[in-house]
Amino acid sequence: MTASIYGLMAEFDNPGDLVKAARAAREKGYRKLDAYSPFPIEELSDALHLHRNKLPLIVLCGGILGGLSGYLMQYYVTVIYFPLNIGGRPLNSWPAYIIITFELTILFAAISAVLGLLALCGLPTPYHPTFNIPRFALASRNRFFLCIEAADPLFDRASTSSFLETLEPREVSEVAH
Amino acid sequence: MPDEPQVIDQPPPRQIIAPGYTFGSVTDQIATVVLTKKTPLFWFAGFAVGLSLLFLFLWSVALLFAKGVGIWGIRTPVMWGFAITNFVWWIGIGHAGTLISAILLLLNQRWRNSINRFAEAMTLFAVACAGMFPILHLGRPWLFYWLFPYPNTMHMQPNFRSPLVWDVFAVSTYATVSLLFWFVGLLPDLATLRDRTHSRFARFAYGILAMGWRGSARHWSVYETATLLLAGLATPLVLSVHTVVSFDFTIAIVPGWHSTFFPPYFVAGAIYSGFAMVLALAIPLRAAYGLQGLITDKHLDNSAKVMLATGLIVGYAYLLETFTAWYSGNVYEQAAIWNRMTGPYAVAYWSLLACNIVAPQFLWFRRVRNNPVFLFLSSIVVLIGMWLERYVIIVSSLAQDFLPSSWGNFHATRWDWATYVGTIGLFLFLFFVFIRLLPMISIFEVRTLLPQAKVEEGVQS
Repeated sequence: MTASIYGLMAEFDNPGDLVKAARAAREKGYRKLDAYSPFPIEELSDALHLHRNKLPLIVLCGGILGGLSGYLMQYYVTVIYFPLNIGGRPLNSWPAYIIITFELTILFAAISAVLGLLALCGLPTPYHPTFNIPRFALASRNRFFLCIEAADPLFDRASTSSFLETLEPREVSEVAH
Repeated sequence: MPDEPQVIDQPPPRQIIAPGYTFGSVTDQIATVVLTKKTPLFWFAGFAVGLSLLFLFLWSVALLFAKGVGIWGIRTPVMWGFAITNFVWWIGIGHAGTLISAILLLLNQRWRNSINRFAEAMTLFAVACAGMFPILHLGRPWLFYWLFPYPNTMHMQPNFRSPLVWDVFAVSTYATVSLLFWFVGLLPDLATLRDRTHSRFARFAYGILAMGWRGSARHWSVYETATLLLAGLATPLVLSVHTVVSFDFTIAIVPGWHSTFFPPYFVAGAIYSGFAMVLALAIPLRAAYGLQGLITDKHLDNSAKVMLATGLIVGYAYLLETFTAWYSGNVYEQAAIWNRMTGPYAVAYWSLLACNIVAPQFLWFRRVRNNPVFLFLSSIVVLIGMWLERYVIIVSSLAQDFLPSSWGNFHATRWDWATYVGTIGLFLFLFFVFIRLLPMISIFEVRTLLPQAKVEEGVQS
């Protein structure tokens, strides 16, 4: 059956209960689930198997690109575009280029870290169904939420709801689209 | 003698967060400062001081644009004068913010969590003030973009072999990366403000800035990686920035400048003055907003210890500077140091030694480090001392270099002072706007300090 809701959301009081619930849901076979907390919880990433992401690779590429463009820019300007013969010294005076190469490496890597973070998180997200629950505003204060999404193959309004109830949440609510 | 274990009543370890806080109360206490409709009198007073000095700054800059850099006291041979002194001073102050936000994060120093936000803001505003001076000092400040390489009709490009061009790249990269790091750190707190505010406009504004952050575990996992990577990038960056600033001096052959120990000496001095500024801001702020539970005596104690350690490194550098001048056997180096000690800038030289070496020795004592008033005063003394240090390095070396026939002294004009005091106004203005509009303590990072944040799990299979 096609559920006309985004998913079911359970609210918890403390991080420990959320982690336990997330583990239980994983064990039950749910895969399309997400947890929401007011601060990062390492055990939660562990429970949801979220340890690998592509960000380090993006940052590495950005850094290499920055370093190359820093060096090549200086090489182009001083050797090809505007060569200055100063007492016959080599035009490609690489020791003098190290600093700008380094700075641009850092600059490009940092910019790709931030853009990569936004891209991997899908931000900016102007609208998200989870905000339809009034109590979800507490996810940025002191409450912990677990959401099993309707897109999950095992999702069923009644059985998923009763499963979530077994985890002893404060409240289970339906998330409208 | 019985060798039974001695039972000593240990005083409770001094904590980085007062007991009794909950996730909710931490959030509310920090967010209320921003979300309240009532602005405290203290804020208006500070903001008014900042705004008036900012107008002084605008006035002196307008005059500078109209008349040129001649309104300052810079005359041959001292062409750097106050402008570069203030530049180095401000950029040094910024370094403590990055040290706290990046280096202490990598070193897993959790006490940094409650002071990193405003320390990073301090970095940003200090770099903004620092950036003013080299640009205003250009002579034709409106052409500052000539500093960057771009295709232009003059077919001219910057000289990449010059430390002054390195500085352009170092400082602009530093400003950009600090801003990015700061903004990434703000994201979850902007979401908190969006969810807590009752005003429609504020919800809209914070909502746009928070970009739809919802605290998802998937996001947090990428977020943690991003923070670590940014910290890893900012760490070598911050060390490189003051190193490059010191290259402005060391690459030149001016006696008193041309030496290889300037980079570490400058970096230590930067962190020294930066922590002094952190204390000078944190002590009044926590008193005014009643944040003693979050910025505890432990934070002040730790900052004072960093100040003492870097102060000792700086003291060692002064000693070594004198020693190398003597040991080099170079008469110009020796004369430069001798002139510093006994010449026209002797008063500034000996006061900087008093401010930077003698004054911080009180910080050895725990009683002093526990006394916020005394700490505040000693951080002001250090800030003055570090300004004098840069002044003496720059002005005394330029005033008396090789040939006595080309010597000349520097006399600061009232516009030198107005521009300098004006940037303090710019700094205060930006800082007070910041504490009114954004959370000055990182809310989500403080939540992780609470004992409730620990997840206790049984043995996992």
